[in-house]
Amino acid sequence: MSKKLYVARSPRIAARMLGEEMLVMAGQGSTLFTLNPTATILWQAADGVTPLDQIVESRICSEFEVQPEEAIRDAEALAADLAKHGILLLSQEPIAQVNSSAPVTR
Amino acid sequence: MSALLQEMSERALRLGVPLSVQLDLTYRCNEQCVHCYLDHDDHGEMTTAEIKHLLKEMAEAGVFILTLSGGEIFLRKDFFEILECARALTFCIKLKTNAVMIREAQAARLRDLGVESIQVSIYSHRPEVHDAITKLPGSLRRSMNAIRFLKSQGLKVIMANVLMTENLQDIHGARALAEELGAEYTLDPTVTPMMDGDRSILKLNAGEGVLHNLFRDESFVSDADEFCATPPAPNEESMASLPCSAGHTACYVSPYGEFYPCVQFPLSCGNVRQQRFIDIWRNSERLQEVRSIRLRDLSGCSSCAHGSTCSRCPGLAFLEGNMRGPSTADCEKSFARTGIPSVNLLAKKELAKTMPAPARLIQIQLVPAVTGSRLSSVGAPQALAAANVEPANLTSEALAL
Repeated sequence: MSKKLYVARSPRIAARMLGEEMLVMAGQGSTLFTLNPTATILWQAADGVTPLDQIVESRICSEFEVQPEEAIRDAEALAADLAKHGILLLSQEPIAQVNSSAPVTR
Repeated sequence: MSALLQEMSERALRLGVPLSVQLDLTYRCNEQCVHCYLDHDDHGEMTTAEIKHLLKEMAEAGVFILTLSGGEIFLRKDFFEILECARALTFCIKLKTNAVMIREAQAARLRDLGVESIQVSIYSHRPEVHDAITKLPGSLRRSMNAIRFLKSQGLKVIMANVLMTENLQDIHGARALAEELGAEYTLDPTVTPMMDGDRSILKLNAGEGVLHNLFRDESFVSDADEFCATPPAPNEESMASLPCSAGHTACYVSPYGEFYPCVQFPLSCGNVRQQRFIDIWRNSERLQEVRSIRLRDLSGCSSCAHGSTCSRCPGLAFLEGNMRGPSTADCEKSFARTGIPSVNLLAKKELAKTMPAPARLIQIQLVPAVTGSRLSSVGAPQALAAANVEPANLTSEALAL
């Protein structure tokens, strides 16, 4: 059985909902991203203590009609991509958050 | 502006979201710059609790980019407490500071808090010029050290210069200093009136001749021919265009809670101490009026050749007396770029012809006051050009300086 993957929002990231999308600015390099609704759900749920597969099952599979295996595979790829840009932190252990505030949504 | 940020701005405009806010934490300052537009006395700044409450309201309203400025922000003893609160609310934070109070520890803390950029005001690479402008001995050395501390933490630093009669000779030197320090460099060619409407500091503006040369200097403008080209005639699209983001996707809050469309547009739309931020943003009648203004509504500008390319600042127009009118500082920039006078400048020229003689004498009397103390730093020709004295007017009053 593969190890659990934990995801946490990077404390150096700026984020705000704008309409249906999440605006995210990675502090280093001032790079601006927008997250689509699926990535936004993942981002908002990334509290560092809930495993990724649990986030997918409870938040994504219920929202979008997808099979858990396929959704987890996609979520792992998405999480890795967001981590590559410094937006998410990934670990096989729970992550203690420096700044655990969820971004304000409207 | 990146294409994505442009797209986000357009979306914010459609959604009515205040994407960007400048919040001045204090007007107090440890420098006393000769060109500053602020009254530095404290007339009752918002408390820490009031600012934290405001930050929460702004986050709920959708504000993404938060610029913390002043005055000098590091004079607030609660500055880092405010900054921590702002970061917890996940704003994209930009700082404007003179940086003289930033040491290694402050720079490290700014890095830890994920500040997006720090804009530092530097007016020259020469201490005798910079410190004379800030009236704080040693300020250039301290600001430069601070930039080094900030850069050593990997932070983005923007060195912001303002072109004025005091530093005409130093714009290239200052830019070289920015390059040496690893900072970006911006040059604002306009000294603006004080927020209370006092226009006396406008005498520090560089003048048409200097702007003419600056706008053709390809180390500042990437393509001088394009930048200075004759503007295309305004079309329906430009007639319907918005002047700028002030009041549309951006606004300003003073240390006293006053809500303006922009820091350069001191039209009070409400006070966040009395009303919720979002209620002022949505319901202020004055803000609605600002939002309703289009190029076609502007007296003079709507029939001006520069209509499609003019950088007219509505705040400067407001400070000149009419937010639906021209901003003469921008008319002068358009003229310096293209050699084509704006409708406003032509009207002023016609008016000047009909002015009685005593008014002209007053203009001549202004020359010694403008140039007298500056000749040692900028040289007589530039100082005279800055005072907008035509060569034919170089009479004994000017030569006696």
